[in-house]
Amino acid sequence: MLIYIARRLLWTPVLLVSASLFVFVLGRFGPGDPVEVALGQHYTPEAASRLREQRGLDDPVAVQYGRYVWNAAHGDFGTSYRYQGKSVSSLLGPKLWVSAQLFLAGMLITVSIGVPIGFYAALRQGSWIDPAVVGAALVLYALPIFIVAPVLIMVFALWLGFVPTSGWGGFFDKRMILPAVTIGVPGIAVFARLMRASTLDVLGQDFIRTARAKGLRERVVNTRHTARNALIPILTILGFSLAGMLGGALITELIYGIPGVGSFSLDAIFQRDYPVITALALIGATSLVVANLVVDILYAAVDPRIRYS
Amino acid sequence: MTAATTDPAPPQSPFRRAVQRLVRKKVAMVALAIIVLLYLAGIFAPLVAPHDYNETNLRRVRQGPSAENWLGTDSLGRDILSRVIWGIQTTVIVTGIGLATGSLLLGVTLGLIAGFRGGFVDTLIMRFGEIVASFPDVLLIILLAATLRPRIVETVRGIEDFTGISGLVSSGVVDYFVVGVALLPLSWFGMMRLVRGQVLFLGKMPFVDAARALGVSTRRILFVHLLPNTLGPIIVSASFGLGAVAGSEIFLSFLGLGVQPPRPSLGAMIADVTGRGAGSVSVLRNHPEQLLAPIVVVWLLIFCWNLLGDALNDAFNPRTR
Repeated sequence: MLIYIARRLLWTPVLLVSASLFVFVLGRFGPGDPVEVALGQHYTPEAASRLREQRGLDDPVAVQYGRYVWNAAHGDFGTSYRYQGKSVSSLLGPKLWVSAQLFLAGMLITVSIGVPIGFYAALRQGSWIDPAVVGAALVLYALPIFIVAPVLIMVFALWLGFVPTSGWGGFFDKRMILPAVTIGVPGIAVFARLMRASTLDVLGQDFIRTARAKGLRERVVNTRHTARNALIPILTILGFSLAGMLGGALITELIYGIPGVGSFSLDAIFQRDYPVITALALIGATSLVVANLVVDILYAAVDPRIRYS
Repeated sequence: MTAATTDPAPPQSPFRRAVQRLVRKKVAMVALAIIVLLYLAGIFAPLVAPHDYNETNLRRVRQGPSAENWLGTDSLGRDILSRVIWGIQTTVIVTGIGLATGSLLLGVTLGLIAGFRGGFVDTLIMRFGEIVASFPDVLLIILLAATLRPRIVETVRGIEDFTGISGLVSSGVVDYFVVGVALLPLSWFGMMRLVRGQVLFLGKMPFVDAARALGVSTRRILFVHLLPNTLGPIIVSASFGLGAVAGSEIFLSFLGLGVQPPRPSLGAMIADVTGRGAGSVSVLRNHPEQLLAPIVVVWLLIFCWNLLGDALNDAFNPRTR
């Protein structure tokens, strides 16, 4: 296992360098001349060449790439093409924070509802509860965000009037409720299904029978023996579901008018603001790679069987 | 085998037994029937749709269901039923392109090669896949759709000028191509890994050794001996994949990055009611019923593909249940 983690640690930088190269190439050779976009109607050949020199766009591509990676590693992603004079990091920083809060809230809802439901369904296998949960999970799983969001707005904001339809007021604002639920709902199905399968797996093992045979109370068997072991595989999909949530967050932010990374990145794509786009792709790739690495290491830490094998 | 099929009780192939298991599942058959119905409606949209999808009527804007327009009309007075049917066609074409090129052509072929050859080729393919997979796929799809379109449109315009064929760009072929290519990263890697794993497992089986001892060529071993044995998992994965690709296509067109107007698509129809930005809920407030038709169709498409995938999984991989 240690060798595995060491190999993963060595592979991570390679992954990140390749990702940055890919992003750089897309940004550099993407359609549309960024200088033309930046100058707009003030475009003259002289101004263009001045701006080109200023931004170092005449240097060899390898030099530009080196400079890009060096700066990115120091948190400097250049200046936005669209918002003149503003650095990408100063633009992205507050928006990343908003999105992070939304992610956290969504994740909380997903895990705190999905995991117990899956666990309970597995314990009640054979009764009507189990197939009901499995069926509900299938129905939920097929619901894309762009269906969940308008329906939630319609019911809870327009008809019942519990919350405003859109806006942002921080983590503890009631306008947070609907977006968080919207982001969290599809994940509930995933986590419930996985937790159910994993619990059933554990329930069939010998040590559970042993625990029951030595007269432990059912509650103790469930919490201390079953749940703790069943939760381990859940860890592995935390990293992946983070990536899955990103697409949901994008639409959620758009529909609810939340000033996060999602709506900002879409704007950047339509405006061809390449420094912002590449920065976002790089941050996204990095956080996904790191999240999966952390999950792998956690996995070994939580389960001694993995550590010693 | 040829003699066996004439027997009164023939020993059946695993594939046929799996199909029989599948046919016995009522839920799966209902899901399949709905999928076939929706796809047929999409494919034969020119015959099925009661109106032209692009025929505007500004005197009949955002109306409820009537004898003339069964599901009402949208913001430009276009018939919603016809637009939903044409929207299904868009999804059918894009998912077809995505599945054929991404999963089946790229994924299966690379998986076969990586699993059978092993060594350097295997490492190269796997590592490349890992790099692509290290991007959040939504970000990658959006990035590709946004950056590829102008390039491809330019190229096709060039082809038009060069060959004298006109109407390629305006026919929407380019759009389908762009969206299909943008969805590639979503589908090929999973399929490749699946097929590779199967081939790694099957490659050690005695029948492969036997075939090689008989002097069978590598290509024949790959496509005649190994490929049919991996068919079950491929079908299961393709079924889930079709649902996912359909969802992504609708997601892209919801954002305005998919198939471009005036071509109708289900995602754009939903966005037409919800709006794509903050505070545009007035349509949702006044005409929520306009959302119903596209939402139900989208949900049915994805839901039925998932149901079918589940049932296929039970039928083709009975051991994993």
